[in-house]
Amino acid sequence: MVKLKSGEQLDKYCEDILKKARKVPMIAISSGTCGQARGSLKLIEAFQDAVKEIKGEVEIKITGCHGFCEAEPNVIVFPDEIFYRNLKPENAKKIVQATLKGEVVSEFVHKEGGKDFVYLRDIPFYKKQMRIVLGHNPKIDPVNIEDYIAFGGYNSLAKALHRRPEEIIDEIKRSGIRGRGGAGFPTGRKWEIAGSQKGDVKYFICNADEGDPGAYMDRSLLEGNPHLVMEGMIIGAYATGATEGWIYVRNEYPLAVKHVTMAIEKATELGLLGDNILGSGYNFRIKIVRGAGAFVCGEETALIRSIEGKRGESRQRPPFPAVKGLFGKPTNINNVETLANIPKIIEKGSLWFSGIGTETSKGTKIFSLVGKAKNTGLVEVPMGITINEIVHDIGGGSPDGKAIKAIQSGGPSGGCIPRELFDLPVDYESLANAGAIMGSGGMIVMDEGTCMVDIARYFTNFLREESCGKCVPCREGTQRMFEILEDISAGKAQEESIEILEELGSVMKDTSLCGLGQTSSNPVRSTLRYFKEEYLAHIKKKECPAGVCKEFIRFSIDPQKCIGCGLCLKNCPQGAITGELKKPHSILPKQCIKCGICMDVCKFNAVFKKV
Amino acid sequence: MSKETIPEVNSFVEECVKTHGRFLIPILQDIQSEYNYLSEDSMRIVSEKLDIPLRDVYGVASFYQAFSFTPKGKHIIIVCLGTACHVRGGAAIADALSRELNIKPGETSQDSMFTLETVNCLGCCAIGPIVVMDGEYHGQMNASKAVKLVQSIKKRCSDG
Repeated sequence: MVKLKSGEQLDKYCEDILKKARKVPMIAISSGTCGQARGSLKLIEAFQDAVKEIKGEVEIKITGCHGFCEAEPNVIVFPDEIFYRNLKPENAKKIVQATLKGEVVSEFVHKEGGKDFVYLRDIPFYKKQMRIVLGHNPKIDPVNIEDYIAFGGYNSLAKALHRRPEEIIDEIKRSGIRGRGGAGFPTGRKWEIAGSQKGDVKYFICNADEGDPGAYMDRSLLEGNPHLVMEGMIIGAYATGATEGWIYVRNEYPLAVKHVTMAIEKATELGLLGDNILGSGYNFRIKIVRGAGAFVCGEETALIRSIEGKRGESRQRPPFPAVKGLFGKPTNINNVETLANIPKIIEKGSLWFSGIGTETSKGTKIFSLVGKAKNTGLVEVPMGITINEIVHDIGGGSPDGKAIKAIQSGGPSGGCIPRELFDLPVDYESLANAGAIMGSGGMIVMDEGTCMVDIARYFTNFLREESCGKCVPCREGTQRMFEILEDISAGKAQEESIEILEELGSVMKDTSLCGLGQTSSNPVRSTLRYFKEEYLAHIKKKECPAGVCKEFIRFSIDPQKCIGCGLCLKNCPQGAITGELKKPHSILPKQCIKCGICMDVCKFNAVFKKV
Repeated sequence: MSKETIPEVNSFVEECVKTHGRFLIPILQDIQSEYNYLSEDSMRIVSEKLDIPLRDVYGVASFYQAFSFTPKGKHIIIVCLGTACHVRGGAAIADALSRELNIKPGETSQDSMFTLETVNCLGCCAIGPIVVMDGEYHGQMNASKAVKLVQSIKKRCSDG
């Protein structure tokens, strides 16, 4: 491979790629981790075989995730962007044949509300999105750097290297972009502080320790377009004067680790990374570090200690990492999604970027819309869009007609927002005022079948296990909160527990050492704020309105619906089901452990929960 | 699993130090993936080679979930307990597997065949609940499907 020594050589390299590109239809197969879990690898084989067999002029491209996870495995046929969903290997041949004839196979297109949607741009899930960061995912093979360069990749880096670092920092400041990892600190300001530090050695870290359960945009970006993140990182490193970089990736993301490792190698070979980048005289290297499974390491000071080979315990700030970070040197840390925005800002200018979004929140934000919604997946929307638009217009509302009750936003440190507030615009301030946070962008939809006490218990248990244990309010507070919530969901609590939870919550918020501890009471505080009556129902009426908390529910069999097939009896792990073949069965309440297996296996919907 | 000897571990750790320098966590990660656990011997060797007190090596190893001090089983089952999997019934799956295998999450069965683990999120939330069996992802699981998955592996093992 040649080493590119200037921006002009990069342009030339890009032209050569475009010249040799085949002008044939392209079938892009979504193959991120979700896609692979749904069988995309077999689908790829089937498509490749079909093309060989038919000897057609069609290009097969293996890409990262297309965002519409519910429709996995899916393909997009370019140039028209025809979207085929939930495919099986045996469908491949039909699609290749139709593509060659310029036809559409209508049986595999997206259907919603009795209508067919052939093209990606018309599908409600995509229609309201603004995919400036995720947009290239479906067109790029993440392990092929040429694909990225063909779309103008690394052009922003070439442009940036011709400018003074201070000019780049100014541009980023003017764009108004704020950190996408949680707290929303202005990125330009962060770079300015790191850039103004004296010293020969400075570090630049990309925080890809995406620990919030329910959020996976960083995984999708690193798997599907690793060079975009790296380009943003190299620009940031140049602007802040960093000499060495680290990408800290969660160990639970093996495919992301693989793709980033390959991306670093390729970029170094081409002279886009390493010594004398694009002939500019600037040197920068990137190392990859795998996390070892600790949620707290998403917090910047804990992350730094983890790279240093220590326990991932957070420390007091100041000094901020920008002043004294990794190995005591000035260190800048940015989240994956933040960095993925940088090349676009340099390419199109801060004015363009600051034109998107609201007064205080600029640009787009990627949310992972999951839980009880019809169309789940990654959605990138302009800041300021309402929660209603995300949940109903993009997400398609409830999958089974149950009323949607709330969303949970921002991971364990976030909070719940009830449906009465769904007209709120999505920006940093509105969400914070409502008791939640933007966080990393997890948005979990909850319906009548979700118990808010159970959700609070779930997150508190999570935080109790993940608390690093260094400071008392967080370590003991989460533990005590969890015990009280256990009592509430077991029907053993008194009314004063609510008061204790509220008091504990405010002490934990005020006195914990780091961000994890200070926000660890949010799940409880926000559910108490909006769903106190659910807590009271558990405590006073001894019932769980959502039918989740085991103590308050009972499984029964509807004799009208049961045909006596015996499937539940066979599968019950406790022998708690009796009945003769072909006659209605029944459940013995004393033996039943409420595992729900009978309900899972029943083909006649005869098993139901009694609240 | 064959029992590793001290000279073997010694030379393996030397290789790791060559690759990773003084970075403790990547070295421990390599040992974990090579031997499936961190033995006391291996931690002593790391401590000597890096000149880090043994208590610190143990302190780090016990802090992170990725490390285990007992050998993991031949088959590793991971149940995702992320939020999206939780609201769709992930906990019931973990309970059912616990009963089926007679071990708690984090434990390994007596015959060293199965290790049951839970994870906070695999980032495949849209297709939850997720169970990962020996690296293979299974989406939209429920308790009975998960139990059948384990039973099929048990059967395969006993059939030879």
